[in-house]
Amino acid sequence: MNDDLLLSVRGAGKRFMQGNRLRWACRDVSFDLYPGEVLAVVGESGSGKSTLLRLLAARLACDEGSVHYDVRDEAGTAAAASAAGEAGLVDLAQLSEARLRWLARTDWGFVEQHARDGLRMNVSGGANIGERMMALGSRHYGKLRGQALSWMERVELDVDRIDDLPGTYSGGMQQRLQIARNLVTHPRLVFMDEPTTGLDVSVQARLLDLLRELVDQLQLAAVIVTHDLAVARLLAHRMLVMKDGQVVEQGLTDRVLDDPQHAYTQLLVSSVLTP
Amino acid sequence: MYVAVKGGAAAIEASWRLLADQRRGDTTLAVLSVAQIREQLPLAVDRVMSEGSLYDPELAALAIKQASGDLIEAIFLLRAYRTTLPRFGYSLPMDTARMQLSRRVSATFKDVPGGQVLGATYDYTQRLLDFALLAEGDDENAGQEPLASGQGLPVSMPRINALMAREGLMETPQPTSQTEPGDLTRDPLMFPAARPLRLQALARGDEGWLLALGYSTQRGYANSHPFAGEIRRGKVAVEIMADELGFAIDIGDIEVTECQMINQFAGNREHPPQFTQGYGLAFGGAERKSMAMALVDRSLRAGELGELVTSPAQDEEFVLSHADSLEASGFVQHLKLPHYVDFQSELELVRKLRAAHAGEQHARADDGQAIAPAPAIQKAA
Amino acid sequence: MMDDNYNFGFLDERTKKMIRRAMLKAVAIPGYQVPFGSREMPFAYGWGTGGVQVTASVIGRDDVLKVIDQGADDTTNAVNIRRFFARTTGVTTTEKTAQASIIQTRHRIPETALEEGQVIVFQVPMPEPLFRLEPRRRETITMHALAEYGLMNVKLYEDIAQLGAISRTYDYPVLVNERYLTSPSPIPKFDNPKMHMNPALQLFGAGREKRIYAIPPYTAVRSLDFEDHPFEVQRWDHACALCGAADSFLDEMIVDDEGSRLFVCSDSDYCGERRDAGYCGTQQAVHMPVNLLPLPLGEGRGEGREEGPRAEALAPTLSQKEREVIQ
Repeated sequence: MNDDLLLSVRGAGKRFMQGNRLRWACRDVSFDLYPGEVLAVVGESGSGKSTLLRLLAARLACDEGSVHYDVRDEAGTAAAASAAGEAGLVDLAQLSEARLRWLARTDWGFVEQHARDGLRMNVSGGANIGERMMALGSRHYGKLRGQALSWMERVELDVDRIDDLPGTYSGGMQQRLQIARNLVTHPRLVFMDEPTTGLDVSVQARLLDLLRELVDQLQLAAVIVTHDLAVARLLAHRMLVMKDGQVVEQGLTDRVLDDPQHAYTQLLVSSVLTP
Repeated sequence: MYVAVKGGAAAIEASWRLLADQRRGDTTLAVLSVAQIREQLPLAVDRVMSEGSLYDPELAALAIKQASGDLIEAIFLLRAYRTTLPRFGYSLPMDTARMQLSRRVSATFKDVPGGQVLGATYDYTQRLLDFALLAEGDDENAGQEPLASGQGLPVSMPRINALMAREGLMETPQPTSQTEPGDLTRDPLMFPAARPLRLQALARGDEGWLLALGYSTQRGYANSHPFAGEIRRGKVAVEIMADELGFAIDIGDIEVTECQMINQFAGNREHPPQFTQGYGLAFGGAERKSMAMALVDRSLRAGELGELVTSPAQDEEFVLSHADSLEASGFVQHLKLPHYVDFQSELELVRKLRAAHAGEQHARADDGQAIAPAPAIQKAA
Repeated sequence: MMDDNYNFGFLDERTKKMIRRAMLKAVAIPGYQVPFGSREMPFAYGWGTGGVQVTASVIGRDDVLKVIDQGADDTTNAVNIRRFFARTTGVTTTEKTAQASIIQTRHRIPETALEEGQVIVFQVPMPEPLFRLEPRRRETITMHALAEYGLMNVKLYEDIAQLGAISRTYDYPVLVNERYLTSPSPIPKFDNPKMHMNPALQLFGAGREKRIYAIPPYTAVRSLDFEDHPFEVQRWDHACALCGAADSFLDEMIVDDEGSRLFVCSDSDYCGERRDAGYCGTQQAVHMPVNLLPLPLGEGRGEGREEGPRAEALAPTLSQKEREVIQ
């Protein structure tokens, strides 16, 4: 087993009661993720990709299979013998609520599709960015503010807006703020749910460039859910293609997009409008 | 030279005397008797008993007299008195199916076994002030034989909801755990609260609050499509288990009004649809309270029935935290207590901030250039 | 004399036991809110029922009781509560902090330092320090369990960013024993430092909200702040007009139509003791200028507004001291 495996998913599945019937929103998903790797999960709406993301981030519990993560203790060292017996990897289902919340606040990031779901709308941009540091015990206002300013610069936000409420930011700016808020604790793994959907095309392009730079500079691993193949092409090393809750194809991004094997993938790729 | 204001004790005693005068009113008029209140203002007495959580019409009437007609104050008196009473135990569950009915209506069927009994109700009166009641002395009806309510009624009048349950049309929710329900008069309400505790809180909850929330559910803030399945009023026996005897004994009758609402049906492919229910119970003839309670009971069941929680009437913590009129009245009115120490602190901060603000403005005006918004407060001692 | 129609302390012994069990748990977990079966009392909720139930559960025949509200013994609510206990227990009551074994208080901690063996009982309206940020109990219970107090820190940061200062001046949140975020009750922040390592037992009763909590003697109590915006207490420019104290919390009273103010110790016992010891204040009211600050820009400046004698009178004539404050 490779020692620096970050995330390991085996046969993960989730079912819901929908109206009359039991339905598997996603089923039998397996993959490994290493530090610094970006995985795109691609599919139409209803394909199960958002449910999968929530399983990975422990916001939902698996009904089948498991999700393992390389949990570090608070000192930053890799966890000792895990419940699964594999070096470093711990089954998320074994972790307490407190531990999961701590993970979500430190080693993970989650960028929501709608920035309003991922930000505190009633406090300023600066407060949003500083929150994680404050939760970890940081108590110097000047330093917190300084960190907020430097992160705002890093995500290309106008630093004069630091005391403004997020509601006064544009959509693209809100997404950048969300990203800064998540990255401030240097997480190793970031989950993103349709990070560019709903933004203007030019805004999307700039945001994607920013994400690509950040992933590179910070050596972030990421799982990005998107229905936009261009996002996968630009950001991801590997991708999963999902349809009706199942993974129909997975592999290196370039290979999947240039030489799709499954009929559905072929359909997806061929229907992308070429400029 | 300033002398500290003293004499709080004297002020309080003077206020008691003024209160007694206010309660007595015009001394040329006869004193209101507790018995008169009990007999002639029964619906006020019923409300005070229900929310006071104590069935004693005479004590409730006394409380109303002492409170000069302020029902929430009367409820407070009754509750405080209740605290001092020794507790013997719990009665057996009341069987409201065996009720000596004085009123029974159902909106769901044209005809129901046992028939509809209007009883004493304001429903079909015209709301015209009856100036004949202004006259002193008895009205025309006095002296006649009182109409025997409930005479000639069948012994058994099964409830609509029970009939429908027999046919499988109505859900029969069971308690989710086998432990004894908690006692709201002994233990604090914690959330999430199971239905037995919610019903306790609603039974002693403020009628106005529940009425408004129930009303909101009819106007689209969470719709449960209610029908009044059964509303009945009458006397029910209260029984306790006598340990020494080994069987239950009847210790008396109390009058209650019970409302069972029939609501939106729920079901899925595995479970065929059934109607759902909401339940309300109040002492005496408090019909409006029992109906409002049933509507709110149903809306608070949203979670267990798999419904989306979208409106205030479905929010258990919001509804139940603010349902007790004693808590609400106490806290709202406590604002009359002195708060000048805290106000002093606020004053001081506001003055400081305004001074700092003015300082910046002065500086800006003097220099003709913008100053970085570094608050002057930071340097204050 | 004690009224024999009621049990000692009004509450029955089983209820007192229930409350004491809650208090033991509270003392064992400093700052943690313990739910308890609060009873309806002869006072309205919001008027001290929690404090009264706590006092009623600890008071014994040999205790000496002091009751204050806003720092004074003779405010009507303190009088009412003191008489209630006189009637239901017959214990000796006192106005002197140093002589009391139990002090029930609303909104102040006495200026006179407390000693080992004393018990101070606080009346608490809202025991949950996070309630203004998160009203739902279900959420705050989890936050306390996981020590997730980020929400409060964010609020403090925001105050400084928007106002330049933390906006809470009373009921200022504290961290007890480095673990639980606690509401000190609506005492002015001026009193917060007294809670730290206090030799007395501090008990808190919230009747309407049905919670009890405690700070045992010699417990660390820290007011939330930032390293570069440290917690600071209020200061006055004046001393007590009656006794000259410069270190006590002062009440401000408006004494005439021109808005003259008199500043007097809030703690009536402290002030009285000082006067008995011979200290004396200025005995005079302070004249406050009608409008300490210039009018906001645009209102009454230049364009169209008559400059008459009234306008001149309103133009601030600042004293030297006031100029200093502004600069």
